[in-house]
Amino acid sequence: MKNFKINTENLYLHYGSKLALNNISLAIPEKKVTAFIGPSGCGKSTYLRTLNRMNDLIDSVKIEGNITIDGINIYDKNIDVVNLRKKVGMVFQKSNPFAKSIFENVAYGPRINGINDKKQLTEIVEQSLQNAAIWDEVKDRLNDSALGLSGGQQQRLCIARTMAVNPEIILMDEPASALDPLSTSKIEELIVQLKENYTIVIVTHNMQQAARVSDLTAFFYLGELIEFDKTKKIFTNPEKKQTEDYITGRFG
Amino acid sequence: MIKNRKIDIKGFVIEGLTLSSALFIIAIIIFMLVVIINGGKSAFSWEFLSTFPREGMTKGGIFPAIYGTALLVIIMSIAAVPFGTITAIYLTEYAKENSFLSRSIRFAVRTLAVIPSIIFGLFGLGFFIKFVGVKMDNVFLGGALKWGQPNVLWASLTMALLTLPVVIVAVEEALKTIPRELREASLALGATKWQTIRRVVIPGSLSGIMTGTILAVSRGAGEVAPILFTGAAYYLATLPHALSDQFMVLGYHIYVMTTQSANVDQTLPIQFGTTCVLLLLTFTLNIFAIILRYRIRKKKIN
Amino acid sequence: MNLFKKKIIPEQSTGISFTKKRIRWDDFFAEKIIKGVAFLSIAIIVLIFFFVFRESVPIFTSNSKADKAKADSSKVNIAPVSKTEKQETYGAESNDSSPKQEQYGVTTEDKDQKQEQYGVTTEEPQKQEQYGVQTNDEPKQEQYGVQTAEDTTDKLANKEIKTENPSVETKTEDNNKNALATLKSKDWQPVSDNPRYGILPLLIGTLKVTLISILFAGPLAILAALYTAVFANKRMKEIIKPAIEMLAGFPSVVIGFFALMVIASVLQSVFHYSSRLNAFVGGIAMGLAAIPVIFTIAEDAISSVPKTYYEASLALGANKWQTAFFVMLPAATPGIFAALLLGIGRVFGETMIALMATGNAALMGLNPFESVRTLAATIGAEMAEVVFGDTHYNVLFLIGSMLFIFTFALNAFAEFYVKGHLIKRIQGK
Repeated sequence: MKNFKINTENLYLHYGSKLALNNISLAIPEKKVTAFIGPSGCGKSTYLRTLNRMNDLIDSVKIEGNITIDGINIYDKNIDVVNLRKKVGMVFQKSNPFAKSIFENVAYGPRINGINDKKQLTEIVEQSLQNAAIWDEVKDRLNDSALGLSGGQQQRLCIARTMAVNPEIILMDEPASALDPLSTSKIEELIVQLKENYTIVIVTHNMQQAARVSDLTAFFYLGELIEFDKTKKIFTNPEKKQTEDYITGRFG
Repeated sequence: MIKNRKIDIKGFVIEGLTLSSALFIIAIIIFMLVVIINGGKSAFSWEFLSTFPREGMTKGGIFPAIYGTALLVIIMSIAAVPFGTITAIYLTEYAKENSFLSRSIRFAVRTLAVIPSIIFGLFGLGFFIKFVGVKMDNVFLGGALKWGQPNVLWASLTMALLTLPVVIVAVEEALKTIPRELREASLALGATKWQTIRRVVIPGSLSGIMTGTILAVSRGAGEVAPILFTGAAYYLATLPHALSDQFMVLGYHIYVMTTQSANVDQTLPIQFGTTCVLLLLTFTLNIFAIILRYRIRKKKIN
Repeated sequence: MNLFKKKIIPEQSTGISFTKKRIRWDDFFAEKIIKGVAFLSIAIIVLIFFFVFRESVPIFTSNSKADKAKADSSKVNIAPVSKTEKQETYGAESNDSSPKQEQYGVTTEDKDQKQEQYGVTTEEPQKQEQYGVQTNDEPKQEQYGVQTAEDTTDKLANKEIKTENPSVETKTEDNNKNALATLKSKDWQPVSDNPRYGILPLLIGTLKVTLISILFAGPLAILAALYTAVFANKRMKEIIKPAIEMLAGFPSVVIGFFALMVIASVLQSVFHYSSRLNAFVGGIAMGLAAIPVIFTIAEDAISSVPKTYYEASLALGANKWQTAFFVMLPAATPGIFAALLLGIGRVFGETMIALMATGNAALMGLNPFESVRTLAATIGAEMAEVVFGDTHYNVLFLIGSMLFIFTFALNAFAEFYVKGHLIKRIQGK
């Protein structure tokens, strides 16, 4: 029996009066990479953000339906959102390191959680940077500003920063879309490795990327979930015609 | 083709007119600077800046006025900067856009910015001195007269109200340059709102806080109307050593000396000298603030 | 690639704890405190309204029991007092009804209003100046608020601030009624045997100065703004804009000083008028203070006109200046109007320049070359020598209230007007 980490049932989301997500039901398994694909504006990023309740920051958002993580409904009013976000981390489309040193960027999360011991922090920072495959590049300049890194390095730094808080799920919103091909491939390599210990959900508008890194793929269109299946099946033998049209590039 | 040339002349004249207006204004500014610095440079000396006035303001220096001005702006800043910073933080971090509360606060701040400075003096008198001060005297001193009269504390608080809008605007400007994504990143890592403000937002706004403080200090050092009857004095034999003392201050000194000094010819160099000191002080502070502000705006564009 | 050992990064979300909502006290208090402090800014405006008005109310309620009560209690307090009635004043010692000595401003002889001469006083130079006001032959050196030795013991015995004795007290009642009656009169002579509180000359003085200053500063600032926003290239803009805005950094006392010293003499040699300090000089000086205000807002308004207007006009064949005058300027009218309004507001309430450059004589003629007294200058000059609780005191606060209302209304009007017009434009009306 597969262990479903994130289970979504009949999710509706409104931005004010506009319906952005229409009856989404989806079960995301743990320790695998699930990709969301679809044309711009189809709701995949919006859906991703419901999984760590980042949509709460927008006033006009209204949500109906059920999202459970490990069986617990995360929209229950007793939920501690702050702790939820420590369990479900997020990497954003455009890398957003703080205007602090590389070390302090990664140490930010642990410090928030009360870890202030220098030795401990150093260990955590080193491990996270290694996990993000950037340790060798920055180990000699941990105290330099993070803003001095290249785009790809900054993004990997952000991944390290997320991992320093020890989440169980990592959400990635088009993590490589702003990066050059070399950085992109580095990140893709990283993702494949990460799934051994984390559940990964990645939104991407790059179909080939989805095909390369993910185990399962969900295709969204105009706020609806069209098809969700093993990646191989989606890309070679999709059930729905819409999926096939998108995959073959008839629209985008 | 001849017709075109005619229109060109007209355009040239008009553009020249607007340019000359701008240049005329700048010329006046330079003229003022030159006249005042020129008139004051003869009085400049270390003695001038560090000693007390003597012989009816005809000799000696203006040290107590400088000291009093410094004391005034320090106490004023202690009051105004935290107050203004917190208000600015509220406006950018907590207030829902277009909520009634946030619009009211912004309107109140803008109103504060245009109230004539003499009204602040009246408020200082009617509220701080005659209400708070008197109550304090009644409660702590059984009615003796200590706080219910003008002194450096009330004058500084009055000035703090005057400069509050300046601080708020400057800090808000800096807060707005912090991109939304940084706040999101912090929250996504499991930080609370306050932790985000404390660790990400406030460090990012330090330049704005500095700009606001500098501008406030520049205003506070130069304004006279609010302290005309809330604490400034023309001649005191000693420096103020308690919050309940009166004090001398540069702006007030200039005002009284020029309008009612007995020995006009003898005090003239000191008048110019004092004005020169005040002008250079505010000028330098303003330039610092402009440079800071320029840097903040550049950061925003990037 | 490195294999990561997850164990080193400790569990930080404490297991399934996200199921229970934790109360975070620092977050909670931070929010409450921040909201509270921000709310104070509204409270301040309200307080200013309240306390400034409060001190002017007695004029309108001069029959109240409060005055009677004051009279009664002051009887009690009077007993231990020394023979010479000491009043609490904000500055100089003043004997009850003798005409004031010449202060740095108004002479108070009933017959004619002397205009201020720069630097002239009638006191000996060696006197210790108190609170900026020359004091003359009095037995003691009275400092502001500090009672002399005789009085201090009484002070401690009495729980109230000293007020005038009963006979003067009823005079205050009469004074208040009188004040109300004389507000509309043409004489401003608050310190005399027959005090008159006619605001009219002060109002006219203020209006004269304001008009002159706006006529001087308005066109100058707007044309300069036009240049900076439309004609100037980037480099010129970066030089001119901050340079003009530096004018805002000049303290008004410095501008007043400059006016007093230089502008007055220059203009006198050009126009050959008799009173050296007058509305004209004051107006020009105030104009200098208004220029940065008008310039900044007007420049902002013209720059905010969408570039598409500019481009469309040029594309139709108009040249730069035609575009500037017939397209950009009209489009920026609401903002420019607001700029002028705020310039007016700035000048209307300006105190120091008025005190130093306008001559300080409450005259009512239309001649711009005679001295005037503005509302704000009156407050600034006379508040220092007024008796607390006195009618004069109340009238000054009344003037302050009027100034406050005026600038408040002006500001509110400028805001709503501009907003209204901008909204209309966006809606395409």
